[in-house]
Amino acid sequence: MKLTQGCFSFLPDLTDDQITRQVQYCLTNGWAVNIEFTDDPHPRNTYWEMWGLPMFDLQDAAGVMMELAECRRVYGARYIRISGFDSSHGWESVRISFLVNRPPQEAEFDLVRQEVGGRAIRYTTVRRQVAHAST
Amino acid sequence: MLDVPYATTTEHSETHFDLRKEAEAAGITDTLQQLEQELIGLRPVKSRVRQIASLLLIERIRQRAGLASAPPTLHMSFTGNPGTGKTTVALRMAKILHGLGFVRRGQVISVTRDDLVGQYIGHTAPKTKEILKKAMGGVLFIDEAYYLHRPDNERDYGQEAIEILLQVMENQREDLVVILAGYGERMTSFFASNPGFRSRIAHHIDFPDYAEAELLVIAELMLKERGYRFSAAAREAFERYIALRRTQPFFSNARSIRNAVDRIRLRQADRLVSDLDRMLDVGDLETIDPADVLASRVFSGGADVRSAKP
Repeated sequence: MKLTQGCFSFLPDLTDDQITRQVQYCLTNGWAVNIEFTDDPHPRNTYWEMWGLPMFDLQDAAGVMMELAECRRVYGARYIRISGFDSSHGWESVRISFLVNRPPQEAEFDLVRQEVGGRAIRYTTVRRQVAHAST
Repeated sequence: MLDVPYATTTEHSETHFDLRKEAEAAGITDTLQQLEQELIGLRPVKSRVRQIASLLLIERIRQRAGLASAPPTLHMSFTGNPGTGKTTVALRMAKILHGLGFVRRGQVISVTRDDLVGQYIGHTAPKTKEILKKAMGGVLFIDEAYYLHRPDNERDYGQEAIEILLQVMENQREDLVVILAGYGERMTSFFASNPGFRSRIAHHIDFPDYAEAELLVIAELMLKERGYRFSAAAREAFERYIALRRTQPFFSNARSIRNAVDRIRLRQADRLVSDLDRMLDVGDLETIDPADVLASRVFSGGADVRSAKP
């Protein structure tokens, strides 16, 4: 099952060239680009680990791609995403976020339905245990 | 380089090229002309810049003609005495390379040892990488590069910075251009102890000292930029000033001239203010009189007259 989170996730995975262009778009807009990775891509997990510091004052995407290559080398078996943070007044938030790396064995989730008092229904997203969790 | 498609074979290769048109389209003619006008002297530097520009132009055309083309190595080292224009040319170089499309952004990140080398273990690599990332797509100018290497301390973190630099210089040649600058002899010994650096740098450019006539032209150019001019007598006095100053210690070419020009402006202002009852016209404000030049300590044996003697 292909994990769909963030921008472009319903498209085929971006190639490095396409990632470069997206990153360059972020830099041209003056956003700080971050690289984050995780082995727990639960949709409610907003706290991914950061690869180094956010990259401020960059002019060219090559610098981000250099870090991404390094991050992939170390954490190639995890999810990696790139996000662009816009610090300008009124925004002060993440403007773009997209996956740039998936593990060979994607994480899978089940939706568990639970009936509670007054026939109300609760749903929980539960990670399906893969037979060989070796990440 | 992003703008030019990388393909080595285009669909229908062109066979004829109008070189003049190509050069003008790339902005080479303008850039070189500007270089010629704004930089005085520096023959070997200019001829090398012209060669590089030509190579880049031909390389671009070759690419379109479907001939094999490899991105040229553009890392440079500028050596020369103080004040010979190394930093100025480095800034200009970024503009030229950007104009020719061989660096994508054209920014110059000017750093020294302090910006690259950390204070404790594990501090250097992130620091150097940070700078490299900022310089991507532009020019990284490392001033006084020999300070990176401290031969007396083998555990110096400078070596770590050098290794990271070399790696990026080799692997990401199309992403950034590194320019090392420093005084001649010390750079030579720096390269001798880091042969990897020497071989990765394609262009070793030596900046010659300025001749007296060139220094005078530089002084006049500086004055013109600041809205002043020499009177005929002052010009003659300044010629003598240059001849004297060159023989005195701590002479650093154009930088000494710039300082002299700034002090002359001070003295000129002082001279004008000393007579408050006088009506000034524009000519007075912009003219440098011989008195402003001749008041310099250079004519009385030099600013360092005491320290120069043993």
